[in-house]
Amino acid sequence: MKELLLGMILVTLSSALVITFIRLVRGPNLPDRVVALDLLSVVVMAFICLYSIRYNQPIFLDVAIIMALLTFIGTVAFAYYLERRT
Amino acid sequence: MTEWLVLLIMLAGAFFILTAAIGILRMPDLFLRMSASSKAGTLGIGLILVGVAIFFNDFSITSRSFAVITFMLITAPVAAHMIGRAAYFDGTPLWKGTLFDALKTHYHLSTHELDSHEVIPADQLPDQLVGDFEADDFQQES
Repeated sequence: MKELLLGMILVTLSSALVITFIRLVRGPNLPDRVVALDLLSVVVMAFICLYSIRYNQPIFLDVAIIMALLTFIGTVAFAYYLERRT
Repeated sequence: MTEWLVLLIMLAGAFFILTAAIGILRMPDLFLRMSASSKAGTLGIGLILVGVAIFFNDFSITSRSFAVITFMLITAPVAAHMIGRAAYFDGTPLWKGTLFDALKTHYHLSTHELDSHEVIPADQLPDQLVGDFEADDFQQES
């Protein structure tokens, strides 16, 4: 039963990943793609947390911390690029 | 018992992340998409990290996970604001159902500074910031 609940969480997160990826491919402009990439990293962080619970390895949380830091810096860099571009 | 609580909290978090993903796909406009993704995404990842903190029940893990929650709560609005501002100057088209664009006449176009009084008269706006809503893939789908 717990495995079933875990599988439901995995399915929900996987469909979120696929839906966000559709927007990443399709997005008409560059800002749409940047926003989709931002949400994609949130989904990946959720996956990392889920796996750290599933395999009982709290060390995986450090990966999520690094992921959050790098995503913020990447988004800020993209915003600077977009504003200076024109 | 604790594991059930953890799994239910994480299911709620995953549901909110799925809501953010659906919002980012279905909303018609960049700014509406950002309002869906930044709020629901932050709530979802916050719930999932609370679940991790309850599951391990260790001081170092709890403090680490709450540090990540605080970091997300601080950086998500900052990143969304920077992207929105840059996209507005980039000439991202607004949804054609948008009623009112208060920023349109108040930005200095050369210095990108915001002013409290009108700097451009409303009848001589440049074309870039008005923008027809061409790439409306919301309408192609429905």
